[in-house]
Amino acid sequence: MSSVGTISRVAGPFLLAKGMAGSRMYELVRVGEAGVIGEIVRLDGEKAAIQAYEETIGIKPGEKVVGTGKPLSVELGPGLVGQIYDGIQRPLSVIQDLIGPRIRRGVAPPALDHKKKWSFQPMVKEKTKILSGDAIGMVQETPLVKHWILVPPWIKEGFVESIVPEGKYEVTHPIAQVKTTEGSEKLHLMHSWPVRQPRPYKTMLPTDVPLLTGQRIIDAFFPTAKGGTATIPGGFGAGKTVMLQSLAQWADADIVILVGCGERGNEMADVIEKFPKLKDYRSGKLLMNRTVIVANTSDMPIAARESSIYTAITLAEYYRDMGYDVAVMADSTSRWAEALREISGRLEEMPGEEGYPAYLASRLAEFYARAGRVTTCGSDEKCGSITAIGAVSPPGGDFSEPVTGHTLRLTRVFWALDFSLAHRRHFPAINWFMSYSEYMRSFESWYENVGPDWPKLREEAMSLLKEEEELKEVVSLVGAEILGDKQRCVFEVAKMLKEYFLLQNAFHPVDMYCPIKKTYQMLRLILEFYERTKQAVARGVPLTQVLSLGVKGELARMKIVRPEEFDETNLAITKKMSEQFGQLAEETPEGESV
Amino acid sequence: MSEVTRTGRKFFTIREISGPLLFVEEVSGVGYGELLEVLTADGEERTGQVIDVSEGITTVQVFQGTSDLDVKASAVRFTGETIKLPVSMDMLGRVFTGGGKVADGGPELIPEDYWDIHGAPINPYSREHPIDFIQTGISVIDCMNPLVRGQKLPLFSGSGLPHKLIASQIVRQAKVRGQEEAFTIVFAAMGITADEARFFREDFMSMGVLSRVAIFINLAEDPAIERIITPRLALTAAEYFAFEQGMHVLAILIDMTNYCEALREISAARMEIPGRRGYPGYMYTDLASIYERAGRIRGKSGSITQMPILTMPDDDITHPIPDLTGYITEGQIILDRKVHKTGLYPPIDPLPSLSRLMDKGIGPGKTREDHKQLSDQLYYAYAEGKVLRETALVSGEAALTKVDKLYLQFADRFERDFIGQGTSENRDIEKTLDLGWEFLSVLPESEFSRIDPDIIKKYSPKHTRKDADNSLVS
Ligand SMILES: Nc1ncnc2c1ncn2[C@@H]1O[C@H](COP(=O)(O)OP(=O)(O)O)[C@@H](O)[C@H]1O
Ligand SMILES: [Mg+2]
Repeated sequence: MSSVGTISRVAGPFLLAKGMAGSRMYELVRVGEAGVIGEIVRLDGEKAAIQAYEETIGIKPGEKVVGTGKPLSVELGPGLVGQIYDGIQRPLSVIQDLIGPRIRRGVAPPALDHKKKWSFQPMVKEKTKILSGDAIGMVQETPLVKHWILVPPWIKEGFVESIVPEGKYEVTHPIAQVKTTEGSEKLHLMHSWPVRQPRPYKTMLPTDVPLLTGQRIIDAFFPTAKGGTATIPGGFGAGKTVMLQSLAQWADADIVILVGCGERGNEMADVIEKFPKLKDYRSGKLLMNRTVIVANTSDMPIAARESSIYTAITLAEYYRDMGYDVAVMADSTSRWAEALREISGRLEEMPGEEGYPAYLASRLAEFYARAGRVTTCGSDEKCGSITAIGAVSPPGGDFSEPVTGHTLRLTRVFWALDFSLAHRRHFPAINWFMSYSEYMRSFESWYENVGPDWPKLREEAMSLLKEEEELKEVVSLVGAEILGDKQRCVFEVAKMLKEYFLLQNAFHPVDMYCPIKKTYQMLRLILEFYERTKQAVARGVPLTQVLSLGVKGELARMKIVRPEEFDETNLAITKKMSEQFGQLAEETPEGESV
Repeated sequence: MSEVTRTGRKFFTIREISGPLLFVEEVSGVGYGELLEVLTADGEERTGQVIDVSEGITTVQVFQGTSDLDVKASAVRFTGETIKLPVSMDMLGRVFTGGGKVADGGPELIPEDYWDIHGAPINPYSREHPIDFIQTGISVIDCMNPLVRGQKLPLFSGSGLPHKLIASQIVRQAKVRGQEEAFTIVFAAMGITADEARFFREDFMSMGVLSRVAIFINLAEDPAIERIITPRLALTAAEYFAFEQGMHVLAILIDMTNYCEALREISAARMEIPGRRGYPGYMYTDLASIYERAGRIRGKSGSITQMPILTMPDDDITHPIPDLTGYITEGQIILDRKVHKTGLYPPIDPLPSLSRLMDKGIGPGKTREDHKQLSDQLYYAYAEGKVLRETALVSGEAALTKVDKLYLQFADRFERDFIGQGTSENRDIEKTLDLGWEFLSVLPESEFSRIDPDIIKKYSPKHTRKDADNSLVS
């Protein structure tokens, strides 16, 4: 039952209450006449500290606090996909319909539409033995998502006593009765789950399949895994948000959960406007059919910013349990960490580095630990994954700060954003020397299936970029005059690699997405051009002649050739390259020098 | 104690005064965020707000400062209300103090309504994305970092840099093409000098726009704490004009650095654990509660475009004030002292500047189809030119190739005649883009890797002139 206490202090989003004996840590409470939603974040005898998920203006000491007996939980069931929620899973479109364009306190519509009827197909019969995680039926949630209705985690095993026939049911309608050792329990299309508690799985699996993103620099050089982790730190304007949005659009995950955590309202508006129109390249269906958005912008209550990360990862686990590959993108985990810091400061806890609480690292670790590829609970061997990708916004763009530091230790892929690239509008501004992927080695055989010479190409490309960097040093010391065509060719082709391959415009209708095969072919062609150029120069062909070959222009335009036409383009360019370089040889017979 | 007896009654129970804060005891029934009146011994009335309330002690920030207050003879009177701004169309053409009082000697307003100055967060689902290009007539802004109606785009300046001139030029020239309606201006000044205030007022007057400006001024000598509410009052007025009256508002907030200093002062008086460089850990969230009030709302015809101006302490862009601002606003226009010293106006460095809404606001039908690609190429070329300029400085021109030297030439001309323009020179977007092409054509076409060949053919002067020549011949 619910306990009742009284408010003794209000300071912004932070409240103290007394007379709270019997309350539990992380219990959800309602405060005062307005019924402001809060969560107990510290208990000390009969005193409780509460973080409020809504505005606290006007709340007075003496107002009453009612415990709900439940921790902060999310509703899980059909109807999640396509929604946009705030940090405590309130549906923002419903809030708009209820109270207009501004968010005010006191509205708490259910996360799922309790009135909507879903077509349910039962998959088990009466008397069937079931385990936690077994599917008892299916709802086609969107054209892209088959929503399996699973036996919830708290029922370890049992028998189906009864199950409803195929038909249309609300999420709260009992669809099955299950007998367990503890008694008999009704199951519904939905259930609720506390966000701070990870959902169980059977075993953790190795992460050896890349999560393809359609972004060339990532897929070719710094891939993350299905079930992996990645972080993208960068100062403002370096390209975090655009990258996360590109990943949300093009990553080959089944479900994408995008968290706007303490960031701009207009960026969320942009996604809400764009996603329902964009098509998934694999299915041709609209992207919104696989996306859930959690938007707690910077002007929305800070406690709900803190919880938004947990809300998102819990939704991810729910779909993982169905056997899906889920990707969670959080923009930005720094704002989440700041929310932690602010709450901790109000609790007058001992501050650690830069005022962050000492438990910052462990909270971050808990979040990233909920990523992974697993065999899910249930009788069948099902495999699901969560990839967790977090943006970090280091103060002053300086990576030597606590949130970046801890995150780098906890994640296995680092996409380092570089101001100097961003300032010359080289996007994605991922620095190719600083970034890394610790998964690369376990992907080798996967890549060799796409093209046997992948590892070689990758190495050649990197060493070309390194060589250019070293030559630049030399030039700045002794001048460009000493450069022969052999060195100049490094500059020229490195520039081609950067401009024609690494540079990728997230807003160009074709360039925004590059399938892995095209990425491979593009890289191969540029490096073939390099190889041939080196040979020609060694033969004494002036570099200027090579650079004026028509095929160079075609290499420049590869990125805007549609993927479905690229096999043809690939052949055509290969052919032209061989012809045009061949003619060079004829015009400039061997031996003749410049 | 009941509500009725509490409000309206005077309490002489101030226990302590510290910096801008009062600590009051023995009052019950006070709500967090409540507005109150503070009365000095000789009857002067000030306003305050409850920022922390517990059973024993109520903490109050006093907007007009605490000088001349004392614990014995001063009193507080609670109102049971939150801080509200009386709003009406008659705010236009008027000047108010930073605390919202009439400051031009004119009559008091007859309010249409009273609006809470803290606003309420806009549901992200209800936002309409800004898409209308605002032509400011300043090339480096319009071409490289265009302003879009409903955007929040700050000027990052430094003391002594001409941000006032730029702001004034923008107010004078800004327009959405094809639309008659001029911007309604809300001007909020925090801690600026009387001279600066006069500059703006006279400027608005000389432009003949005074009747569409609402001015809120907190001067350098005014109480610092008042700066906490000045931008909130101004933005409440802006919201009234935009979302109640359907007007397009341009809100200028100057100088956000002074605002942040006031924030720091309160935090220090509350003895909070400071965040980076002594600024409160919640400064990001606090600034967001101001900047996020820009935008458009679905179903409403008006908009708020924000141009906050801040002076970067020590010209340091990594200082928390510009840093946190840049993390919230939709880009930034950066003034550069080195450039200013060369005498160039406007001394805007396009490279670290950014307009995040550029892609939404430009292109065919809005500006021109070549706009984005041209600006991308200009970015690349100027960045290249600047790097080579450094190289040439260190190792002499001999270190450069032939093409390198052309990049140098480009960078020089681009700075002088593209970025550089007169304080009252108003270039339309076609003129700006054509200029961009002209300077770019110093470089060989093979360098234009960021522009589609068709676009080059259509817009590059080399081609357009040739076409013109050809047509002359035939
Ligand atoms: N891949 C990209 N392609 C084109 N433009 C980009 C790309 N990434 C970033 N940008 C540009 O940089 C700006 C800032 O990027 P954003 O992702 O918002 O930065 P951050 O989130 O790091 O502050 C964008 O508004 C866009 O103009
Ligand atoms: Mg961002």
